[in-house]
Amino acid sequence: MSTKRTVGMFESFDRSGRATRSSHYCAGCGHGILHKLITEALVELGLQDRTVVVSPIGCAVFGYYYWDVGNIGAAHGRAPAVATAVSRTIPQAVVVAYQGDGDLAAIGFNCAVQAANRGERMVTFMVNNCTYGMTGGQMSPTSLLGQRTLTSPQGREAATEGHPLRVAELFNQLQAPVYIARCSVADTKRIFQTKQIVRKALELQRDGKGYAYVEVLSPCPTAMGLDALASARFTAEQMEQVFPLGVIRDHSTQAVPLPPPAPACSVPDFFARYRDRDFPAPVEDATYTERRMIVAGSGGQGILVLGLCLIEAGALAQRFVTWYPTYGPEQRGGFASCALVIGGRTIGSPHVEHPDILVCLTRPMLERFLPLVKPGGVVFCDTMILGPDAPSRPDVRIVAVPATELAAANGSSRAANTVMLTALLHTRVTGLPEEAILHARDATLRKKPSLIALNRHVFDAGLAWCRQNLP
Amino acid sequence: MVRLMKGNEAVVAGALYAGCDAFFGYPITPASEIAHAAAEWLPAVGRVFIQAECETASINMVYGAGAAGKLAMTATSGPGMSLMQEGLSYMAGTGIPGVVVNIQRAGPALGNVYTEQADYNQAVKGGGHGSYHAMVLAPASVQELCDGTMRAFALAFQYRTPVIVLSDAAQGQMTESMRLPVVEHDRPAGVAAWAVQGTAASRGNLHTSIFLDVDVLEGINRDLQRKYAAMQVEAAAEEYRIDDAEVVFLAYGTSSRIARTAVDQLRATGVRAGLFRPLTLFPFPREALCRLADRKLVVVEMSCGQFREDVIGQFAAGIRKVPEVQLVHRMGGVLVSVDAVAEAARKLV
Repeated sequence: MSTKRTVGMFESFDRSGRATRSSHYCAGCGHGILHKLITEALVELGLQDRTVVVSPIGCAVFGYYYWDVGNIGAAHGRAPAVATAVSRTIPQAVVVAYQGDGDLAAIGFNCAVQAANRGERMVTFMVNNCTYGMTGGQMSPTSLLGQRTLTSPQGREAATEGHPLRVAELFNQLQAPVYIARCSVADTKRIFQTKQIVRKALELQRDGKGYAYVEVLSPCPTAMGLDALASARFTAEQMEQVFPLGVIRDHSTQAVPLPPPAPACSVPDFFARYRDRDFPAPVEDATYTERRMIVAGSGGQGILVLGLCLIEAGALAQRFVTWYPTYGPEQRGGFASCALVIGGRTIGSPHVEHPDILVCLTRPMLERFLPLVKPGGVVFCDTMILGPDAPSRPDVRIVAVPATELAAANGSSRAANTVMLTALLHTRVTGLPEEAILHARDATLRKKPSLIALNRHVFDAGLAWCRQNLP
Repeated sequence: MVRLMKGNEAVVAGALYAGCDAFFGYPITPASEIAHAAAEWLPAVGRVFIQAECETASINMVYGAGAAGKLAMTATSGPGMSLMQEGLSYMAGTGIPGVVVNIQRAGPALGNVYTEQADYNQAVKGGGHGSYHAMVLAPASVQELCDGTMRAFALAFQYRTPVIVLSDAAQGQMTESMRLPVVEHDRPAGVAAWAVQGTAASRGNLHTSIFLDVDVLEGINRDLQRKYAAMQVEAAAEEYRIDDAEVVFLAYGTSSRIARTAVDQLRATGVRAGLFRPLTLFPFPREALCRLADRKLVVVEMSCGQFREDVIGQFAAGIRKVPEVQLVHRMGGVLVSVDAVAEAARKLV
């Protein structure tokens, strides 16, 4: 005499902590049937070794007692995210997300719909039993109208608790899924139909063809408060009125597997070729006095670029440098400023509380930063923001440069920052060598090479003005 | 190769040289440039980038890839970090390696996008449910964001634990010169024994964190605590001009750089100041800290005193004696000023 051995499952469920052949599921529960259908199909298709099942929270959290495949337990509702990561990082894996209706359609609905919408290479089995089984029978998103549960003791009311959520039909609004079906394990005839659907969904995974969603109506006698037969009847008769069975979508013939990824380069090669330039390593130099600067103005004036240009020049001159820009809402509000430090040793605070050098292209920024300048510091500002009512300080040197006017006269008012750079160079306040500044002047435009010639023209005009007008 | 790099980009450079297989992330200021760089750089070297639907998904993707033995990471800031706490508990409880970079912003709640260090307790004390810790590294510069992220992967796999790189907005947004690593790290050893990889050899591997047997779960908790005790060898700190220091600042991350500038200013005016800066926050460099019990101590931080509270706890646990520890701090996105730090020291001498 022989009994049919269930393939793909453990002979004895030792992982439960007991050497047993009896499952932890209640009599009449549909989980065990679906477990068998899945493992049978996996073995028949030769996929057992390749399979990774991601288990849910719910009664099937213990699916690993039974399935003889790789298994990862996920947090409540997160099986699609976990499965996504496995699928993307292990291309040969056949990935199964096994979820219930609370897990998928309530707490994890976003993860589920997003994975489906991305068309992840995985199959989701959603066991729909209209209830939270493991926690004792609360209302789930798929509970039927009028269904009494622990949290809908008067029966689910559409007006206050909404209607049963039809996930298969919702997913059918998405472009990406290849296969969407709903089936049932309520009786033998339905189980045979389900076997075909399960097999089809797993074939698609074998062939790497994309996302499949299979919803399985399943009895939960315990939570439904019914015996096994009555709960199967409820599943077949009541549930199917709301959740009709059938293959809702089958794009399996059109679907094609993802092409293999293009050959990639090594990480060191990638960075060697990347757009950034190399700099010499900074060296300690006790003779160089650290400069702490602020460059400020409004968006579009090249404030941040001027700052970057200065630290590039500093880095080229083997100084330690740090550049700390405004960012976030302040930047989007039109203000632009950056703090930079150029030094002869490791830089402490990147924040410039009291600048030695301030470059200012707008009046509001001058009003904000002038009071902070260190006594004896130097302030470069655009002549046009000065006037009789401009803020001033007797203990700092103010250098007025017609930056915007000169830039406009020489091709672009947006190059006022370049004129300011010439003033910084001419006055030698940064202590950086001229060749480093000239180099950086061009380098910060490497993403816009067409502007280099214009920028140099403005630079030359600015420098000529400085030589004539500044000491 | 020395490059000028933004802190947020340095994170991705470090990750790639560590051998990072996958980055999962969701936009949030001031951490978004990490995702920007990851989206461009990871596919270029044949790795995976996914913009997740939320931070909850991000951390669970890290969990999934980690369970498969892959080097995975995410990066976020305050509100996103809060959403990731459940996932971090699962990673710790299940023994899944992975790296999370927190570019701290000011809270609580939506707060703002400027620098704060107020996620200290969340990062160092566990943050999610259950008796667990993530390992926590505390970089202070662009270079250390690169090196720290790279090291975080090695530690995550060595101890099969989540590792948090606890940075902040200032570090993430600033640009500094940085030396790129030379070669990509070897893949971590021993992964085949536990990873679920869709192969015959790994078919028997399982990751679960449900243990209904209370004795079994207590045993797992004891194992976790033993693992945390073993991690203590990784505790590290940097000391700056500390030998003859009368006043020692205790600070980590960006605060430590502000304190370092204050040390130099104080030294220039004859005040013997020094800096003690933990490089790891969990495990905490307790022994090194306790050697400073006879100095005048000033904690510098950008939170309500969370770090100071830990410092006091470390003294109590280490030498059963808690010295006086002053606090200089700001909150809400205001950086501590060098002047305020220096002033606190002057008052003590």
